[in-house]
Amino acid sequence: MLRKNTLVLIAIFLTFVLALLVVLPIDEGLLGKKGTLLGLDLQGGIHLVYKADLSEIASDDTAEIMDGAVAVIANRINPLGVTEPIISKQGEDHIVVELPGLSVTEKQKERLGRTALLEFGEQATEEEEARWENELGRWKPATGTINGQEQALNSSYFKENTYVDRDDFGRVLLVFEWDEEGSTLSEEITSRMIGKRLGIFEGDAPLLGEDGLPTAPTVQGVITDSGQITGLSFNEAAELSKQLNLGRLPVSLEIIYELTISPVLGADFVDLSLKAGAIGIALVMLFMSLYYRLPGLVASLSLIFYGVLVMALFKMIPVTLTLAGIGGFVLSIGMAVDANVLIFERIKEELGAGRTLGAAIEVGFSRAWKAIRDSNITTFIVCGILYWVGSSIVAGAPVMGFALTLFIGVAVSMFTAILATRTLLRLFVGTRLAQRTNLFSPYLRRK
Amino acid sequence: MINITDKRFRFFLISGVVILIGIISLAVFGLKAGIELRGGSMLTLGFEQEVDLGELRSELASLGYTSVIVQTTGEGDYLIRTTKLTTGEKTALKETLTAKFGSFAERSFEDIDPIIAKQTARTAAIAVAIAAIGILLYVTWAFRRMPKPFRYGACAIVALVHDALVALGVFSIIGGILGWEINLMFITGLLAVIGYSVNNTVVIFDRIRENLLESPSSDFDVIVNNSLVETLTRSLNTSLTTIIVVLALLLFVGATIQNFTVVLLIGVIAGTFSSLFIAPSLLVVWEKGEWRRFIKRRPLGSSTNN
Repeated sequence: MLRKNTLVLIAIFLTFVLALLVVLPIDEGLLGKKGTLLGLDLQGGIHLVYKADLSEIASDDTAEIMDGAVAVIANRINPLGVTEPIISKQGEDHIVVELPGLSVTEKQKERLGRTALLEFGEQATEEEEARWENELGRWKPATGTINGQEQALNSSYFKENTYVDRDDFGRVLLVFEWDEEGSTLSEEITSRMIGKRLGIFEGDAPLLGEDGLPTAPTVQGVITDSGQITGLSFNEAAELSKQLNLGRLPVSLEIIYELTISPVLGADFVDLSLKAGAIGIALVMLFMSLYYRLPGLVASLSLIFYGVLVMALFKMIPVTLTLAGIGGFVLSIGMAVDANVLIFERIKEELGAGRTLGAAIEVGFSRAWKAIRDSNITTFIVCGILYWVGSSIVAGAPVMGFALTLFIGVAVSMFTAILATRTLLRLFVGTRLAQRTNLFSPYLRRK
Repeated sequence: MINITDKRFRFFLISGVVILIGIISLAVFGLKAGIELRGGSMLTLGFEQEVDLGELRSELASLGYTSVIVQTTGEGDYLIRTTKLTTGEKTALKETLTAKFGSFAERSFEDIDPIIAKQTARTAAIAVAIAAIGILLYVTWAFRRMPKPFRYGACAIVALVHDALVALGVFSIIGGILGWEINLMFITGLLAVIGYSVNNTVVIFDRIRENLLESPSSDFDVIVNNSLVETLTRSLNTSLTTIIVVLALLLFVGATIQNFTVVLLIGVIAGTFSSLFIAPSLLVVWEKGEWRRFIKRRPLGSSTNN
């Protein structure tokens, strides 16, 4: 019995050292793992959720279209130099973009999700339905005929070689070339529109020039193979040209959720929550040692073991730590000692009934086990439900983080309370300390 | 030995009063939904110069943001909550504020579409319902070897609803006074409280189960009371350690997750009370069939003399 206990003790100690090696240093990893992952709320950054407008897309194509959109956004994010961006599809029509540690301007953010599809419009008559309306009037898509079918003219007929140039007066030009179909359409449309205005739109809004006015040049002559758009600012033209060449989004996206946190604020939270965790653990250890004496001291040791083990698991799985996640962890510290409290109360009862320390420990553990198991399962049920909530709603990352850390915390606490505390307590069996029952139970009255 | 079960109607009265006050507050103040559940934008700004809260409010009102809520955070920043801002509106707002109050750092910005918020609120409500049903089934299953296992599940659920009502009621009072809103973290905290409350209740039920199996012939209320007293130290100590860590979170991490920590704090206290004084007492009431007598207007407290 004792020999087996010594072996378990050695195993626990080795696990502790191993876990410590995984945990330290916090911000990098020894065993080929990265540092502890911090969520957006702790390191700052931007979290966007886009909803794609799939209303005009056949349901068979949606998966492909969404993958295409994800790829285009990823292309646009690459030059921003974010170390670990997350760009992924969520559900049917959502795209989640997480850019940790980044601060972006409103303009950059807008460009990320822009369709980069330019549509051309002609003015609609009173009877006709308008697609766009602005200070220049009501507009409908400019259409022509290809192979007997009516098609709207837009930038998907551009060749992917647009560029920015300046004319003799130094004005910025966005120069484009039509592909074969585009050139057929353009020829037909511009020949009937000479002297009229051709509106240029992006999504539901007109393309705005540097002066803030809608871009709508008057058609001077028939355009067949190439054209140019004037009036844009240089930056805008350059960005647009790049996006036209790199690929436009196959669907239009709308931001339905946004969370931006400045990196400074995030850093504050890391400090504060670490402090809260440390003070919480210290106070719980103090209470346990004062109230339960020697076993309390032992429980405090296994609480340290517990903390290191949980941190190591967070790093290895890995769990991205958010403020709510740390909340779950800190809460689990309070609950982790519950298993110990249950056991110690049982041991006290058994000692009170006149058992020896060794017998009291064994009986105490086996009797407390059922209560520990049954009561923690309710916490697991709630964690499971919270995880489901977090994964099925748009802004659910914190909820998932909390569910995960609380689950890991409570699960590990069952392990450390049973194994570590019992193994350590058994060390005292048969020593002289075991005779001094007041070390185990200060208020004990032997019956 | 302390006699808890005999005083059961006194404890019911205490809970009843607290819940009644909470319900009155819910009716008067209601619960204000935060932007995560209602949609809208929330901007946190740290001004370089000192800015008067009242001036900021009146400036925003004069800009046409009528339903705006402005609060200070613990760190001296300002939280501005509005209806959903477009990129253009946000830029305009920031420019106006810079012109009026000088430059500031944008600490955080959150923006949620009302449709998404509605989905979130619905999912949260479903989650609370599933949690209750799941726990009812689990507790009934865990005590399946007992006579009438469903009673254990049902009493655990009553305790859980009790805790949720207390938490909602107290929170609506705080909300009415301090303007706090319920958000996703509040709901997370509420679900954690549900788990915690049942955790406590199950430990006591477990002891009742053990004692019943050991001496099946004893009076049910004596067994329940013995089980309560035997687990009393454990219940109080575990609540104490949990309250210690929740207080540490509340004091150090502060405003950002205050909804979460406060609902936990209220919930842990209510949960301890309900698992000690409500759930086991209900078992006794049920076992003795006191419902019927209670309904027949049996004078309150006539069973509380020791």
